Amino acid sequence: MTALDTGSATNHLLNCQSQSVGATGSSLLDPRLHTRYHELAPNLVPMDYTNDPDCKVPIQLIINMPELMENPFKERIVESFSEAGDGNLSFNDFVDMFSVLSEMAPRELKAIYAFKIYDFNTDNFICKSDLEQTLNKLTREELTPEEVNLVCEKVIEEADLDGDGKLAFADFENMISRAPDFLR
Amino acid sequence: MENTLHHVVLLLSVFFWFIWCVQHQIIAKETEHAKRVSHLSEKHCSIEEMRHFGSSVASYFIFLRWMYGMNLVLFGFTFGLVVIPELLMGLPYGSIPRKTVPRAEQAKAMDFSTLWDFDGYCKYSVLFYGYYNNQRTIGLLKFRLPLAYLMVGIGTFGYSLMVVIRTMASNANESGGDGEDSDFNFSWKMFTSWDYLIGNSETADNKFASITTSFKESIVDEEENQKDENIHLRRFLRVLANVLILCCLGGSGYLIYFVVKRSQDFATRDDLGWYEKNEVEIVMSLLGLVCPPLFESIAELEEYHPRIALKWQLGRIFALFLGNLYTFLFALFDEVNQKLAVEESIKNATTWATHMHYANFTGNTSATPPPIDPADEFVKLTVSDIQVTYITILVGDFLRAVIVRFLNYCWCWDLESGFPSYAEFDISGNVLGLVFNQGVIWMGAFYAPGLVGINVLRLLTSMYYQSWAVMSSNVPHERIFKASRSSNFYMGLLLLILFLSLLPVVYTIMTLPPSFDCGPFSGKSKMFDIILETIELDFPAFVGNIFSYVANPGLIIPAVLLMVLAIYYLNAVSKAYENSNLELKKKMQMQRDEEKNRRNNQDSTNSIMKDLEDLLPIKSGGGKSTAPANKANTNKNDPPQTAKGAGKQGEVSRNGSRVNPEKEMLLAAQNPRIAVTRPPGPRPPGPLPGNPQLTVPGQRGRGQPQRVTSSNQDPLFLTPEGKVASRNWFCDHLCLRLFRAGLPPDNYSGHSFRIGAATSDAFRNIAPHIIKAMGRWNSGAYELYIRKNIFDLLSMQKKTLCD
Repeated sequence: MTALDTGSATNHLLNCQSQSVGATGSSLLDPRLHTRYHELAPNLVPMDYTNDPDCKVPIQLIINMPELMENPFKERIVESFSEAGDGNLSFNDFVDMFSVLSEMAPRELKAIYAFKIYDFNTDNFICKSDLEQTLNKLTREELTPEEVNLVCEKVIEEADLDGDGKLAFADFENMISRAPDFLR
Repeated sequence: MENTLHHVVLLLSVFFWFIWCVQHQIIAKETEHAKRVSHLSEKHCSIEEMRHFGSSVASYFIFLRWMYGMNLVLFGFTFGLVVIPELLMGLPYGSIPRKTVPRAEQAKAMDFSTLWDFDGYCKYSVLFYGYYNNQRTIGLLKFRLPLAYLMVGIGTFGYSLMVVIRTMASNANESGGDGEDSDFNFSWKMFTSWDYLIGNSETADNKFASITTSFKESIVDEEENQKDENIHLRRFLRVLANVLILCCLGGSGYLIYFVVKRSQDFATRDDLGWYEKNEVEIVMSLLGLVCPPLFESIAELEEYHPRIALKWQLGRIFALFLGNLYTFLFALFDEVNQKLAVEESIKNATTWATHMHYANFTGNTSATPPPIDPADEFVKLTVSDIQVTYITILVGDFLRAVIVRFLNYCWCWDLESGFPSYAEFDISGNVLGLVFNQGVIWMGAFYAPGLVGINVLRLLTSMYYQSWAVMSSNVPHERIFKASRSSNFYMGLLLLILFLSLLPVVYTIMTLPPSFDCGPFSGKSKMFDIILETIELDFPAFVGNIFSYVANPGLIIPAVLLMVLAIYYLNAVSKAYENSNLELKKKMQMQRDEEKNRRNNQDSTNSIMKDLEDLLPIKSGGGKSTAPANKANTNKNDPPQTAKGAGKQGEVSRNGSRVNPEKEMLLAAQNPRIAVTRPPGPRPPGPLPGNPQLTVPGQRGRGQPQRVTSSNQDPLFLTPEGKVASRNWFCDHLCLRLFRAGLPPDNYSGHSFRIGAATSDAFRNIAPHIIKAMGRWNSGAYELYIRKNIFDLLSMQKKTLCD
């Protein structure tokens, strides 16, 4: 299990302020982190895991966490870490989510999850409709449809290497790895 | 009464000094953290909030803030080294003639209207040059005031020059390596612009707005690139626009000249109305108000990119104001020269009531002549400029917004979207106003030390006032554009103005004799003499010798030549660096294109080889980057075989790849694909099974196609390794091909061929015993293999019914 970060971070692609969720230990069930998880749904989450209970916190409670609340992609983030894809996180998924979002996660891992987050229809490609949804979430639908269309076409033109009109993971990774924020 | 004013000024100056020290600290920290801090400590309306107006509007306010910082420093110098020593250690008010209001004026000296005109007590205070005594040293500390005055005057220019050039250099540094034409401009904007650290809803709103604005700016740039042009028409229109504007400029220059000449005629007359007295200023202000919108509407003919159009507009307004200002100056110098001539002749002066508001003076009384009036003029010009700007904002923007907003409810047409609607922030007008104001300050600061203080006050209030006005009554431009290099453009303008305002002052210092009974240099033949005097009297002898050597033209000219050569050399070096940068960029671009082409070629041009590659066993950890199973490629290698195969039901091997579940990714962050069981081995170039004539075409660069001869004793169907094609091998292969063809492999097996052959034979009405023999059936089980066609049954039924 990777350690979670406690410090502040620069404008990185996937960075989450984990000050309150900070942990230094390497144990799987870090007490502070579990406290946060428990706080989300005190009635649902047991404090005792010896019987290996199977409980999942529903998505509505997770996206109201202060770290995620203002994020336009919060639903997608939570969905991509949940096993069933519906957004309900078990504690393992919860820990996975914050560990990937922290600063210490390797770049390749972040790229993989970034790809999953932006892939709205989960077909392992970022197609034009995914791009449109991303853009609308980013700009809160302030752009006109023509502008949205133009931007999406430009993105596909720039990043699509194999010419199939959508971004596969390789295209995405190729583009992201050259981004200046990543290189810093 | 006089003392009260003095005390007030003293208190104010100490107060300003204190503020300067504090604010200098704040501004220093501000520039350090400018990028990280999102709220300024001094403004409640931060620049970040204005980002959704576009980076061009924000850049104006950044420029304003920078100017404020520079003026604060100048103010600090002036007040600290000149005004405060004079106040503290110099002779108090009233002690010598030059510091006293003449008896004739004393009655009105304290009136508000006189004070507002900077007459009366204001004129005889530290604000103006004339107040300062020409004593060489003053007070206990033997502070050399005249020397300090001169050095501060020159130092003002030196400091401003240094600061402007340093800012230009650092701006050029920052924007030099910017990825404006980067490869992934839009992609990066889309995927990396959100800051995942944001937890505050207000910050989030600002971030959304700034992201939207940034997208719009890039879209504008992109649309410009995509526009089609009719080049000739456009060039013609542009030339026409420039001709029109030149006509306007010429017209305005002539108008000013005409009015100034008229004012000099007016000077000889006594019965002047308000209009005639202020005619020049009124005309200049009118020109400044009317011409810029005129230029803008002419510029619409040219259809430039908004950023370029802004620069043209700035340049034209600059030329306009320059013409106005220099005409103004020439008129002033005309007056000064005339005045000096009168002074020298010590005659009874006639009263000169010019548009310059020259004070009367008579040669009879012992009252001192007023100080050289350019100072007065500059101060008045500044103050009137402040008034005009503020009132324009109030009326033009705020009042207009109020009217549009509230009258809209009861007006026939939609005021908000039609005429007049809300005002857009006029960037060019404001920038130029700021730059010219600074030029006036620089020119006038030597003669009126108080002017810098007034300017500091003005800039401070301007920051708050204008930002409030923008947020409350302006709307963002329709076409928002990126102001990437604009800040250097503004600096360039400022530099130009600095030089232009430097010239008159230096000329005055070096050439013109100072007024003989007012100011710190009175009594000398040239202001510059104070330095020579100081060197003689205060420094040891050898310093004087050094100075005389250095001032020798024989030394100065080679030094100038050396500097010119150094400039040339540095220019050449920087061009070389630029070239090598471009080369590197080109190389990187070529590499990227090559990679792109390589991938494209791999995928589309040779699908046969693609299949072969996919037959390769999966290498550990790496693997192919594209998901081969997701493509539906028809396989040209294996023509559908209608020959029968032996055997029982074949296994269908699951063929496909899917993304690993998360657990596996966490443990090993590798390429998330399961190893797929594949049929063994690639197919080397060689004969296809069953047909020695056909060979597998060799891939480009992968070796020559080989012809392998075979004898008729060899088995009919061979695997690529030359072994007999077993049933399992065949079925696996079949499944793979079906999957690639997009057909569900589960519906087919090895028996499908037997079924197909039997059914097609039956359809052709071949006798059943022949079908049985051909398929080597021993029992009647062959009947099960003949699939019945439902439509055949229907037609047969119809036949029997109809018969």
